Amino acid sequence: MYAVTIEKLTKIYGSGDTEVVALSDATFDVAPGELVAILGPSGSGKTTLLTTIGLVTEPTRGRVVLDGELIVENGWPAGLDLKRVRREKLGFIFQHHNLIPFLTTVENVMIALENNGVRPSEARERSVELLRSLGLGHRLDHYPALLSGGESQRTAIARALANRPRVILADEPTAALDTENGKNVMRLLKKLAVENDSAILVVTHDHRMVEGFDRIFEVNDGRIVNERRNGAGS
Amino acid sequence: MNLALRDIRHHRNRFVQTCIGLGLLLGVVMSMGGIYRGLFADATAVLNATTADLWVVQQDTAGPFAATSRIPEDVKYRIRAVPGVAQASALSFQNIQGERHGKPFRFFLVGYELGGLGGPPVIVAGRAIRQKHYEIVVDRALKVPIGERLRLADNDYTVVGHTARMVSSAGDPVAYVTLADAQKIQFQDDDNAVRNNRARLEEQISRLPYLAPSQASQLTPQVAGIVGSTHIANTVVARLSPGADLALVQERISRWNHFRPLSAQDQVRILTEGMIKQAKMQLGLFRTLLLIISGVIISLIIYTMTLDKLRVIATLKLIGTRNRVIVGLILQQSLLMGLIAYAVGYVLISLTYEKFPRRVELVPSDLAGLFVIVLAICVAASLVGIRKALRVEPAEALGG
Repeated sequence: MYAVTIEKLTKIYGSGDTEVVALSDATFDVAPGELVAILGPSGSGKTTLLTTIGLVTEPTRGRVVLDGELIVENGWPAGLDLKRVRREKLGFIFQHHNLIPFLTTVENVMIALENNGVRPSEARERSVELLRSLGLGHRLDHYPALLSGGESQRTAIARALANRPRVILADEPTAALDTENGKNVMRLLKKLAVENDSAILVVTHDHRMVEGFDRIFEVNDGRIVNERRNGAGS
Repeated sequence: MNLALRDIRHHRNRFVQTCIGLGLLLGVVMSMGGIYRGLFADATAVLNATTADLWVVQQDTAGPFAATSRIPEDVKYRIRAVPGVAQASALSFQNIQGERHGKPFRFFLVGYELGGLGGPPVIVAGRAIRQKHYEIVVDRALKVPIGERLRLADNDYTVVGHTARMVSSAGDPVAYVTLADAQKIQFQDDDNAVRNNRARLEEQISRLPYLAPSQASQLTPQVAGIVGSTHIANTVVARLSPGADLALVQERISRWNHFRPLSAQDQVRILTEGMIKQAKMQLGLFRTLLLIISGVIISLIIYTMTLDKLRVIATLKLIGTRNRVIVGLILQQSLLMGLIAYAVGYVLISLTYEKFPRRVELVPSDLAGLFVIVLAICVAASLVGIRKALRVEPAEALGG
């Protein structure tokens, strides 16, 4: 079973003369443990693709199946609890980390667990364990403002992983990092994808990082124009 | 995890400063309420201390506090004879202003009959008046020590005792002398004026064509005695026998010419609805304005705090945080701000209310009412921030 399946996913903004096709008939599957890149220039539709899969942007047409559950079919079904699906099946990593500035490192991870109904004491225990495994054991009670860029991104990754989601969506996770830290983050994502059996979709225009991905989709003008396995074109 | 407390913990200096500022404002609101209660207590202090059921004053006046009233002192004997009246005493009231140690010195002088109604309700230092003349009991707010002599209308009065918290409706401290002394101070002319008046009277009577000189010389002292009489009071107060019908007693006295019998409730109404009504409305309006200003300030602060957190709120929504958690974050901060500000205001006013120049009465029911209003304002003020927060799209967490 695929972690993510999308079929003919389309997003159109406006109508008539002002119609803009941001995403057109995107179709692919991502298997658990797979690390996938979505590459493309600014305005190509790669973030729209990510936010549509992440239930942030409602698609105009198409289907999204997450972890075997049909989530989207020609728009969001009435009564769909978007927050529940996001809590249970999705993890998000952002370009600017988006850590909550008034929560400590461990609390930033705990909030994701508590959102999912985990008791505070257990949430703390699991968060500490996760952060230690990512090398942040010495930064548990520090606020985000005191963390380096790499530490902040690892904290954000820990938060995304906390609920062991089947799908992790990352929006330019290395854009705010130097090359070395960027590569470290990519290695970490690859390791976590395998260890957690999660599908990780990464939107990036950073060609320095493409070598770490299992598959790469190139997007232009809202269409997937190229798909290749690591090191091979198609 | 309580996000509201963690946000406050992170920005505690800003939050505490805001609460202190708001607390000062609420302290002023509390003091306004206390001043109003103080006005009421001041206005009715002498009235309540007199413990009379009936106030007989000059006809067609609302005296003796709200209007001038002058009636003969001997009316008290007629009033004592009315069935149902247990005790009746004449009282005089006047404002005195002079100078003491080079500073303005103002008080409200009550003249009462020794052993009668209307004397000082409590002596907190020294003793009560024992002699018929030249002794005075003053409120301690006058700050005149026992033993000091006060010069009033050509005579010296020795301060023999202090009473407490007795002020007139205008807020002036009260002093007590015997009725006879008060009548002299209020109604008796000085010696030169007496001589002048007597000479003028003699002159006018001697010109009357139908009086022989011998008749005129005999009539003059009689007329002078009547004209110069100081046996005048501002009111006669009465206490009724147990079970006596107040309305019946009032009805009997109403039948006499020239007098108006007012009940104690009538006096309260005259004092509160007439004399302090404007002040009450002024203070009420001021309190309302201050509460509205507090509400606007809380609303603006909460809204600004929400604007500062829009990206945080978007991120929380994106990671699946429920709306009630986000609403709780804003609402709890607003309520906490109101609670702390209220506590600051309460502590401030509790420490300072006795230093106000006029009485400030902090009534628990007023404070509890204000507390509920502050909480309601906090809830209402947070609605703007909550509305903004609930409209934030999770997509705003993405991008640079």
